[in-house]
Amino acid sequence: MSFFFEVLLGGVLAGVMYSLVAIGFVLIYKASGVFNFAQGAMVLFSALTFVSLLERHVPFWLACAATLLCMLLLAVLIERLVLRHLVNRPPMTLFMATLGLSYVLEGGAQALWGSQVHGLDLGIADVPLNLAGLMVSQFDLFAAAIALFLVLALSLLFNRTRMGLSLRAVADDQLAALAIGIRLQRMWIIVWAVAGFVGLVAGLLWGARLGVQFSLSLIVLKALPVLIIGGFTSIAGAIVGGLIVGASEKLAEVYIGPLLGGGIENWFPYLLALAFLLLRPAGLFGERAIERV
Amino acid sequence: MTTLPQPLLRLEHISLSFKGVHAISDIGFDVAPGEICALIGPNGAGKSSLLNVINGVYQPQQGRITFDGQVRRQMRPHDAARRGIARTFQNIALFKGMSVLDNVLTGRTLSTRSSWLEQALRIGRAPREEDAQRRRAEEVIEFLRIQPWRHALVGQLPYGLQKRVELARALVAEPRLLLLDEPMAGMNADEKLEMSQFILDSNREFATTVVLIEHDIGVVMGLSHHVVVLDYGKKIGDGSPDEVRRNPEVIRAYLGTKH
Repeated sequence: MSFFFEVLLGGVLAGVMYSLVAIGFVLIYKASGVFNFAQGAMVLFSALTFVSLLERHVPFWLACAATLLCMLLLAVLIERLVLRHLVNRPPMTLFMATLGLSYVLEGGAQALWGSQVHGLDLGIADVPLNLAGLMVSQFDLFAAAIALFLVLALSLLFNRTRMGLSLRAVADDQLAALAIGIRLQRMWIIVWAVAGFVGLVAGLLWGARLGVQFSLSLIVLKALPVLIIGGFTSIAGAIVGGLIVGASEKLAEVYIGPLLGGGIENWFPYLLALAFLLLRPAGLFGERAIERV
Repeated sequence: MTTLPQPLLRLEHISLSFKGVHAISDIGFDVAPGEICALIGPNGAGKSSLLNVINGVYQPQQGRITFDGQVRRQMRPHDAARRGIARTFQNIALFKGMSVLDNVLTGRTLSTRSSWLEQALRIGRAPREEDAQRRRAEEVIEFLRIQPWRHALVGQLPYGLQKRVELARALVAEPRLLLLDEPMAGMNADEKLEMSQFILDSNREFATTVVLIEHDIGVVMGLSHHVVVLDYGKKIGDGSPDEVRRNPEVIRAYLGTKH
């Protein structure tokens, strides 16, 4: 039985890492109703910038601040060069724009900092701890604590402030949002900058585990089932979805895997997501589409 | 002899064209503070375009707009909102996924003074301000008699109610000038009567100046103090409902001989 719990706990903590990536998507989806394909590229871009600064002997906190500034600048540029010109266009247009943006960011990041793999040491050892008989990775616990803090901060920001309401307004109807005096451009910059910040956190944690390299941008694919299960519009959904994906894929691998020849961890989340699409298309916490026809 | 009050809104020689098509040519009129001014005219006469010019969605190629004594040429919609111009749209532009109350609360965006940090942590000016905003929103909701649907999602409400919610969101901002684009489109006679009453009441109780577009001539003549008639982007009539009714050019272009 303790083996079961160990697998479960390991899975849940791995799921937190997925949630971190998924939160970035949720932010932009909430503010523009668009799946931001470039989120993975932003994760790569921020992690690569950070680690490259670190390797040039920039102190840790300074590198952090510089990368954040960089992500803010990126948000301003994206608003100026892309979003501003796509006001009132259908979401599909915006989605295609983020697809293009992801290539620009991936290429830009590698042109700027090179394409070799960088090791990243955040100073937290990835060693198992013995907690009441269960073996838990110290690094996973650290990641979970970061995620918890991030979620608390974001939910305070978006649920309690006028900004949260304005964001939903912008996502719902841009023309109406303008007419009641919401500054569309400013909202977009804020949201993309915050998504960039979340991308940086995800990029650091994933980078510390896998090395900072091009494949970081592919964690987009891991976030997809998380979003489908949790719902695209809910930060809480991203967390719960991540936990479900993490726990279920590990449990499935251990208990069902041997029957199917193993390696099911990689596709099991997609199967689960597919089931959710059939039964609950808006996800666990997503806003259901409402329209009076 | 008292001096005439300064107009709240003065349009002079406004021209607007889209790629060579003249939507509005050389239009000018005044809107006095506290009045209800109706823009009428056949479809495509440029009424909605004119409303869009007033709240900054379109930038006219020519002309001068004086709002509250200040002359301007360029204005963005959020600047217009900041200066106290609120509006509703012909095809309803509400936030469909949000409740009635939240929709109305968004109308208070501009009167928020506390910082996001204060709001997030519920400190400083934030709690009192939040209370005041909600109270104000509830007042307007009560005024327009939409309390029973306060927590309903707007997208699920019938059309007539949505129109009322949109009016509530505009009113809650305490605008100096309220622009209504066909507030009674698609309503039956009872609903129209009710809506006219709401507009009249807003005008009287909050002293809101109103510019509205409406097709139903009966409603317009009963509601407004001042009527401006447009046809093919030009102004063909301007005056009290009675004056406009007698204007031969208006009769020919719009009202028809049998009215």
